[in-house]
Amino acid sequence: MATSAAPGEAIRREWRRFTPAQRLARFSVYLVLAASIVWSARTVQVIPEFLYDAPEQMQDLLHRMWPIDFAHYRGGVHDALVDTLHIASLGTILAVIMAVPVGVLAARNVVPFAPVNYLAKLILVSSRSVNSLVWALLFVAVFGPGALAGTLAIAFRSIGFVGKLLGEALEEANRGTIEALEATGAPWLSVMAKGYWPQVQPAFWSIVLFRWDINVRESAVLGLVGAGGIGMALDTALNLFQWTRVAMVLFSIFTVVVVAEIVVTQIRKRII
Amino acid sequence: MSTQGARAAFPASWWARAGWVLLAAYVVYAGSRLDFTWDRFLVGLDNGARFIDRMFPPVIVQPDSLANGLVESLQIALLASFLGIVISLPVGLLAARNLMPVWATWPARIVIALCRSFHPVIVAILFVKAVGFGAMAGILALMVASVGFIGKLFAEAIEEISLKQVEAVRATGAPFMNVITYGVLPQVFTRFIGFATYQLDSNLRNSTMVGIVGAGGIGGTLFSAFQRFDYDFVAAILLSIIAMIMVGEVLAGWVRGIFLEKGKVDGD
Repeated sequence: MATSAAPGEAIRREWRRFTPAQRLARFSVYLVLAASIVWSARTVQVIPEFLYDAPEQMQDLLHRMWPIDFAHYRGGVHDALVDTLHIASLGTILAVIMAVPVGVLAARNVVPFAPVNYLAKLILVSSRSVNSLVWALLFVAVFGPGALAGTLAIAFRSIGFVGKLLGEALEEANRGTIEALEATGAPWLSVMAKGYWPQVQPAFWSIVLFRWDINVRESAVLGLVGAGGIGMALDTALNLFQWTRVAMVLFSIFTVVVVAEIVVTQIRKRII
Repeated sequence: MSTQGARAAFPASWWARAGWVLLAAYVVYAGSRLDFTWDRFLVGLDNGARFIDRMFPPVIVQPDSLANGLVESLQIALLASFLGIVISLPVGLLAARNLMPVWATWPARIVIALCRSFHPVIVAILFVKAVGFGAMAGILALMVASVGFIGKLFAEAIEEISLKQVEAVRATGAPFMNVITYGVLPQVFTRFIGFATYQLDSNLRNSTMVGIVGAGGIGGTLFSAFQRFDYDFVAAILLSIIAMIMVGEVLAGWVRGIFLEKGKVDGD
């Protein structure tokens, strides 16, 4: 710009961090966001009268929850809580079993055949796009209410997550070891077991642990649609307006979630 | 194992084998505890075939209710993300251990942990009791989830910044707010865009669900279609939810592209 200009011109040139196109793009994102937030705020159907006494209602709710009914734990919560943990763990195991082949097929360097990659990615995306509660509704309709529906819901929702991350980890694997193994004439299974597996192992365990942690949280709500676990205890207590029991259930969910997170972080520290 | 003779190239690990056996034992035990039987599974497969048969072809039974539900879900997601981000910024800042004293980080961290530990649907139930049925409960529930998620990541991002720039701004005698605006925020901006778009995406997914407990959005329509056994309408709703989420994901990726063109250098 300043090549043919007088020497003084170059000094006056203004320095800007972004090009005009970039600034325009950023500005339009801000504009669209602001406009859509204003549009939502003005058109969303909210009854303001309900909002005025919301703090009172909240206080009332907490007041009614207060003496947490710890005695309820043995009778109505413990078994459901253990069931929830089993649903989360079995669901994760089942998901891993189903996700590993799909993840391998999705990795372009392992299976160098584009149509297969796309098919695998389609499976992974559809698994992730359906919320675990919707999976639970579907499986409750198929297998009837109970933990089986919950476990399958957790498993099907997790396939997409585990498969996607595993596929990405495989694609990042170093070629060197793989080529060395292939040069010895190793069969495909040996290349997978001794070439790829050691490289993706840390990523694999951390994906599985991370998903298990998420699944513990998610399996706690599946019972609301009849798919077993602690959510069913919560649903019963809510429907009967037994707020002290609701508080007990919420307290136990909170404890389990916090403990699960601590366990996962501790294990991750050890193995990675 | 292989002290004599040729050493095996890949010696078997007995620890790993024991682990597999334990895992298999756990699966059998947990499966029997949850009462999984082969018979139930076969009956289910039979039901499943009939179920899929009734789902296709998808039929939009109530176009109005579908359109209103989708629009309401979108509104819930937008408002919840906006309010949640506005609240999570100060909370995340207070929780950053490198800038704040201990008496500020602890309460902020407890708030974040509380917001994070419950699934949005459970929070939505509580808000439905407090503010009644409708979109308001959904907005508040997803707002809580956003505060938990963004607050945590924002605090972690701030804890990783370089303190040299903060010190430089402080050395000019800048007041606290200016230290934040010129020393801290520019360093975390790109990462902030990353998790803000992620949260908007995740709020959009969850806003289609909170309706199940009466907190507004398409979830209510979906749940009532389920209860009326209108499985062809269920299929139509599910397909439109998936379409909306995919469009949202593409848009989020696009916005991320606009803001992170140079962000690659900053990591993440």
